[in-house]
Amino acid sequence: MINTLNYLTETASQTAGPYVHIGLIPGQAGFDIFENNFSNIMVTPETLGERITVEGRVFDGSGTLVRDVLVEVWQANAAGRYNHPADTQNKPIDPSFRGWGRAGSDFETGVFSFETIKPGCVTNPDGRTGAPHLSVWLVSRGINIGLQTRLYFADEAEANANDPVLRMIELQARRATLIASRSERDGKAIYSLDIHLQGPDETVFFDF
Amino acid sequence: MSDQTRANAPTPYHPAQGNVGFYQRNRDVQPAAFTAIYKTSTLRSPRNALLSLPSCLSEFTGPVFGHNELGALDNDLIRNFAKTGDPIGERILVHGRVLDENAKPVRCALVEFWQANAGGRYRHKNDTYLAPIDPNFGGCGRALTDNDGYYFFRTIKPGPYPWRNYVNSWRPAHIHFSLFGTGFAQRLVTQMYFEGDPLIKICPIVNTIPDASAIERLIAPLDLNAAAPMDLLAYRFDMVLRGSRSTLFENKLAGN
Repeated sequence: MINTLNYLTETASQTAGPYVHIGLIPGQAGFDIFENNFSNIMVTPETLGERITVEGRVFDGSGTLVRDVLVEVWQANAAGRYNHPADTQNKPIDPSFRGWGRAGSDFETGVFSFETIKPGCVTNPDGRTGAPHLSVWLVSRGINIGLQTRLYFADEAEANANDPVLRMIELQARRATLIASRSERDGKAIYSLDIHLQGPDETVFFDF
Repeated sequence: MSDQTRANAPTPYHPAQGNVGFYQRNRDVQPAAFTAIYKTSTLRSPRNALLSLPSCLSEFTGPVFGHNELGALDNDLIRNFAKTGDPIGERILVHGRVLDENAKPVRCALVEFWQANAGGRYRHKNDTYLAPIDPNFGGCGRALTDNDGYYFFRTIKPGPYPWRNYVNSWRPAHIHFSLFGTGFAQRLVTQMYFEGDPLIKICPIVNTIPDASAIERLIAPLDLNAAAPMDLLAYRFDMVLRGSRSTLFENKLAGN
């Protein structure tokens, strides 16, 4: 007989299902219920930093658009600081930027988008600095446990080349699945990234 | 040999340093991405192995929510969409705690929930099931846990409904839950089932979970002690998020 470890076990995940919108973005399900809604607009006029639009689509293993995905992103502010007490970097918090957003892919076009700012570089407690990125989490019908990935920026080639997470992706060709291309629309920067759940262009998903 | 000449001269060891992050996810209790019995997972499951890496600050942190963001009726599904009266169905209270794997309460955790109405119909533009919409039921709500990790909400018991997997597949009555911990890597979506429902054991979605006791932990028992006499029954549902390494040790990181 040995001593017992008294850790609890994480609750099992279940799919978010086809009607995830009801709970998390009821407006997309077709009704209005809460006074305060969480959304894909992550900035206010006071938020510091370069305004950008991040948009993308999700494809399944047959190359078909997945149009019922819920996507969330989490990111540092323009100075590279997370709005969270565990981030003890000596950088300013932006009180006008939580750094989190939630979006559903459009039922017709399959496009999801976020209005946000470009994050700065974050230095981890181990001293390593990462390239600017968004943490991305997605759920939908058919996804049994939320998928974690990241979105990096194509115009940060040098920082990306030195990013400690990107560098851990052994197959170099697969690193490209996380890098959003930059274009401009009406004078505003648009970063676009398609996520492939499966298939030859399958996105790199993490188990952090 | 003196300490000064050693290449690895001793410095006081402290296990918490550099140990931001969560315990690795216990995959033995979590569903695989591809589960043949749940057919929709076939084309929506990555085929490459996940890349396992220790959490960085990016995953150890996450959005912080405040009580001022929620409305007074957000945790009352009996009233938060009521137009002409209360919704049809068995009135229930669902309550419990959100803990981490260290059995510590997760405070100010945002808990969101959504469900079908008593007839098994969702208020969603893509749901075409023949059971009627209840004009007084929206089917969603949310709560923030208190200092003990406790949450509760009032609702009606959802009904089972058919879905296209096998020819005659029915979902057991369930409530969907979405949870935030303190870090983005704790993000979790799950479903709560009700004690005694015969549809649980034959449900392909339930059976994506490879561990029998992990399934049992998704089944809320009737909690008569929390029922309100002549008003509503109660079900108890506790949930566990991944534990943080830093809370193990004495010198805690700020914010934990």
